Amino acid sequence: MKILVVDDEKDVQVLFEQRFRKEIRDKEMEFAFAYSGEEALNYLNDLRHEAVLILSDINMPGMSGLELLRHIKEKHQQPPPVVMMITAYGDADNYNTAMKLGADDFLTKPLEFSLLKEKLKAIH
Amino acid sequence: MNLHLQNILNVIQQDENLSAEHKNAITKSLKDADKELEITAFKLDRTEKVKRTTAILLEETIQELELKRKAIEETNTALQKTLDELKATQAQLIQSEKMASLGELTAGIAHEIQNPLNFVNNFSEVSNELIDEMTEQLDKGNAEEAKAIANEVKMSLEKINLHGKRADGIVKSMLQHSRTSSNKKEPTDINVLADEYLRLAYHGLRAKDKSFNAALKTDYDENIGLIKIISQDIGRVILNLITNAFYAVMEKKKLEVEGYEPTVTVCTKKIDNKIIVNVKDNGTGIPQKALDKIFQPFFTTKPTGQGTGLGLSLSYDIVTKGHGGELKVETKEGEYTEFIIILTV
Repeated sequence: MKILVVDDEKDVQVLFEQRFRKEIRDKEMEFAFAYSGEEALNYLNDLRHEAVLILSDINMPGMSGLELLRHIKEKHQQPPPVVMMITAYGDADNYNTAMKLGADDFLTKPLEFSLLKEKLKAIH
Repeated sequence: MNLHLQNILNVIQQDENLSAEHKNAITKSLKDADKELEITAFKLDRTEKVKRTTAILLEETIQELELKRKAIEETNTALQKTLDELKATQAQLIQSEKMASLGELTAGIAHEIQNPLNFVNNFSEVSNELIDEMTEQLDKGNAEEAKAIANEVKMSLEKINLHGKRADGIVKSMLQHSRTSSNKKEPTDINVLADEYLRLAYHGLRAKDKSFNAALKTDYDENIGLIKIISQDIGRVILNLITNAFYAVMEKKKLEVEGYEPTVTVCTKKIDNKIIVNVKDNGTGIPQKALDKIFQPFFTTKPTGQGTGLGLSLSYDIVTKGHGGELKVETKEGEYTEFIIILTV
């Protein structure tokens, strides 16, 4: 399963690679990383890439996670991937907006990786 | 005629030895003398009167001057009191402005501290898991794999340390921002300072207004090194300029211009012995009629209650008086504003 993680914090990559060390090693999961909404869109628009699941932070400079979500759900040509939103502000506003825009799930920071693993495995 | 002269005249008239011609001549001289005496007496009298009047006037003038002196003294005391009060109010205003900007940043600060804390929590959990895994591999006798995991643990611990320091730095700089300026110039990495305040201002606004967003562009000259500045003061200037830039792009976004992408750019550059910090936005720009007043205290174009009108005036003082630098502005209404801080090192 190919997962695109979108977050402006670059250390998220190290964190995910360590947390999903076994899954990456066993080729159960493959991660790609984008550090902004724009970068994520570029990644998705490249036909060679195919992300099954997108994990996106909401609060990013430039294109926010919610704008990325809207774009994916409204304009993405290929079958839209599962989109999970992650935010430091786990408030009702962001939750409602994300859900209205068609988010498949909603997680708050700090991520509970055991819970995330369960969710990912359920999709897998 | 004067009595003495009259007596002389009488004696002369009765003297038979004198000729009529002499008597007439002496009589004429006596009459002239009498006239002159009369004139002199009149003049004396008049001088006396003038003297008395002058003395009275002088006395009155002295009294008046004394009254005026007292009035001036009282005015001076009142002015000094007002000046002291103004100085106290100014100090309070500076502090209020500082606290207001800090207040606006609270959410940003929370976010900026929360993020490294999340990493600290997540990486410490990872470390625990990795150590369990490492023990497992050692039990199985897989020393190579155990070593590889040890390296991962090391990396994880380095990240914990890095993000711990990041949170620590943010708390320290915020405490510094809220404190009264030490007026002490210290070696500072202006790139770190600018980036810190850019992120704080951005997250502060994002937390306050979820509809707000802007692209942040940075271009920091890595050759600047440490420069001697009053970091909390220059930090305030940069924060103020960035906050204004965000406000300008937010205002322009409200106009719903098609294809508009709010963008705030922060750059630093070293040219010879000058350090240049640019804060540019593609927002509403500054109208010409406001341009002459932007550095004046209490001038603001923001609605009542949204701006103290002290930000730019304090920034101007900090850069020019506090650091002997320049604070310039270039703008085009409806298109952009660029503030340029020039410091000499």
